[in-house]
Amino acid sequence: MTGSVVNAGDGTHEHPSQALLDAFTIRKHLAHGGDDLTGLHVAIVGDVLHSRVARSNVLLLTKLGAQVTLVAPPTLLPVGVESWPVKVSYDFDSVVESVDAVMMLRIQLERMTELFFPNAREYSRYFGLNKDRLKKMKSTAIVMHPGPMNRGLEITADSADSARSVILEQVTNGVSVRMAILYLLLAGSQEIGTSE
Amino acid sequence: MNSTILISGGTLPDGKKSDLLIKDGKIAEISTKIESDAARVIDASKSVLLPGLVDLHTHLREPGKEDAETVESGSQAGVKGGFTALSAMANTSPVADTAGVVEQVYRLGQSTGLLDVFPIGAVTRGLEGEHLAEIGAMADSVARVRVFSDDGHCVFDPLVMRRALEYVKKFNGVIAQHAQEPRLTQGSQMNEGIVSSQLGLKGWPAIAEEAIIARDVLLADHVQARLHICHLTTAGGVEIIRWAKARGINVTAEVTPHHLLLTDELARSYDPVFKVNPPLRTQADVMALREALADGTIDIVATDHAPHPAETKECEWQEASFGMLGLETALSIVNKTMVETGLINWATVAERMSYAPARIGLYENHGQELKVGAPAHIAVMDPTSLFRVDRDLVASRSRNTPFHGMQLPGQIVATIFNGEVVFEGGRS
Repeated sequence: MTGSVVNAGDGTHEHPSQALLDAFTIRKHLAHGGDDLTGLHVAIVGDVLHSRVARSNVLLLTKLGAQVTLVAPPTLLPVGVESWPVKVSYDFDSVVESVDAVMMLRIQLERMTELFFPNAREYSRYFGLNKDRLKKMKSTAIVMHPGPMNRGLEITADSADSARSVILEQVTNGVSVRMAILYLLLAGSQEIGTSE
Repeated sequence: MNSTILISGGTLPDGKKSDLLIKDGKIAEISTKIESDAARVIDASKSVLLPGLVDLHTHLREPGKEDAETVESGSQAGVKGGFTALSAMANTSPVADTAGVVEQVYRLGQSTGLLDVFPIGAVTRGLEGEHLAEIGAMADSVARVRVFSDDGHCVFDPLVMRRALEYVKKFNGVIAQHAQEPRLTQGSQMNEGIVSSQLGLKGWPAIAEEAIIARDVLLADHVQARLHICHLTTAGGVEIIRWAKARGINVTAEVTPHHLLLTDELARSYDPVFKVNPPLRTQADVMALREALADGTIDIVATDHAPHPAETKECEWQEASFGMLGLETALSIVNKTMVETGLINWATVAERMSYAPARIGLYENHGQELKVGAPAHIAVMDPTSLFRVDRDLVASRSRNTPFHGMQLPGQIVATIFNGEVVFEGGRS
C-alpha cells in the first residue's frame, strides 16, 4: 500500500501548505501572468526563530525565483540563518521601500518574558507595520499575514485593513490550495499529465 | 578462582605476539610459547589483548528505573563490550547521595560478579545543586566512592562547585562535571547551528559547555583540586582543556564513542535515538575531538551508556529522553574512528580506555598493564571481524543504540575478570 502524508504544519519546523497559498497569492497579484516569482522581492518580518511559516516560505519563494529578506531583531533569528538563501536585515525601514510584498509574522506575547525584546511598544516601533511604513511601500506592493494577527503589535489595524492588504484573500486562497493538494494526492499525479 | 586459562597467540598492546597464562585470578606467565594443561584455551591468534576496559561514566538505572537497566543487565552489556569495571552514575531514584544508596549499588555489582561496579556519588543532595551530599560518608562507605558527579545536571552555582572541589581533596577525590550552562540551554533539543536553524528545534549552543569548562578549570586551579570534565563535545571545549593542561591545571576530560562518530545531521531523521545530552555536534567538532583524544588533551573514552525504555525513546523528538547505549559498541567505535584511521595504536587504546580511567577514579585493582602478577582483567578483541549492530540482540535491557544497522569492526572474543571468563563471543 502506498500513501501520502500532508504536512499541515509541524512545530517550529515547516508549514508547506501555508507557503503554497502565500506563493499563489503573490503570483496572482504580482507575477503578471508569469509562472514563477522571478524578480520579486519579499520581506518576511518578525519572529523567524519560532516560525514554521517563515521556514517553508524561504524554501518555496526562493525556489520560485523570488528574493527573500528576513527582517527581525537578532534575537528572533536562528543561529545558522547565514546558511539560508536569504538576506537578513535588522532594519525594517531600510527594506520596506524596495519590496513587492511584506509578510508579517505573528508575535507571541510570551516571547517578551523570554527576553527576546524589551516590550511590545518597542517591538512595534521597530518591527511593526504601521501607516508610516505603509506609505513608503511601492504603489504595487502587498501586505500579507498568515494569521491570526495581533492588531496593534506586529501590524496596526489600518495596515491590516488597507487596500494593500491581501490577508483575507490569503485565507480564501488557503481553501483552494489545500483542496488542490488533497485532490492531486487523492487523484494521483497521472491526472496532471493527461490534462496537459 | 582456581581455573587455569591459556590465551594463545594474542597480540599485546605493544604489538608483541604472546601466549598468556592465567592462574588464581592473576596473570601467571607471558611468553611466546607456553606449554600448559590449562582447563581452558582461548584462541587469540587474530586478536589483541587489552587490559580490561574501565568505564568512568555509566548509567545503570538501578535503583529506580529497572525497566531500562539493572546493575546485572548493565554488567552483562559491559562484559560484552570488554569492560571489567563500570562507574554507576548517581542519577538513580533515589539519588546516590547517601552511603546507603552507594553501598546498595556496590553490593549489587559484587553479587553479579561479572565485573566491578564503582558507584559515583552525587555532588549535591538530590542533584538539586544547592547543598553538598554526604560526600564524606560515601567516601568512607564500603563503596569507597572517589568520583562525585551530578551528571545529567550541571553543578551550576560557582560557590557550590568551589566547595565540592575543595571538600573532596580530603581523600583525593574528583568532581566530574556535566558542563552545561542551564540558562543557555533551557528547553534545548539539539546542537545549535545550521541544522537546528533548518529543523526549527531549539539549539544547545557549544558556548554553554565551554563557559562552564572555562569557569571550572579556573576554580580547580584556584583551589588546587582535581576536576574531570564529562563528555566533552566541542572544538572550543578542547581548546580550553588544552590551555588548562598547558598551565598545569589538574583537569582530565572524557569523550564518548558517539561523539567521536556521529553528527547533528542525524537529527534530520527526527529519530530520537539520536537525541543525547550533550548533543551530537558538527563534523568539525568530531574531528577536533578525535585529534584531542589522540594527543592526550582528552584523557579517556567514557561511554555515557544511557539506557531508556521504548516509551521514552520511540516517540516524538521533543518528548523523548536524552541518551543512548554505549557499552557494547564502545571499543568497536574507537577501533573504527581512532585505530583504523591511524590516529592511535592499541597501546594508546589501553591508556585511554583502561589505565587512565582507573587512575582518575582511583580504581586500584584495575587499569594495570598486562604483566605477570597483575590481576587478570583482560579484553580479547578481534579488530578485523566485522559485525552488524542489532538493537534486538543487545545485552542491555534497553534497545536505544544509535548504531543499529551499522557494520562495525572489532568483536570481543572474550572478557576475563579476576581470572574468570565472564563473556565469550560465540556468534560469528
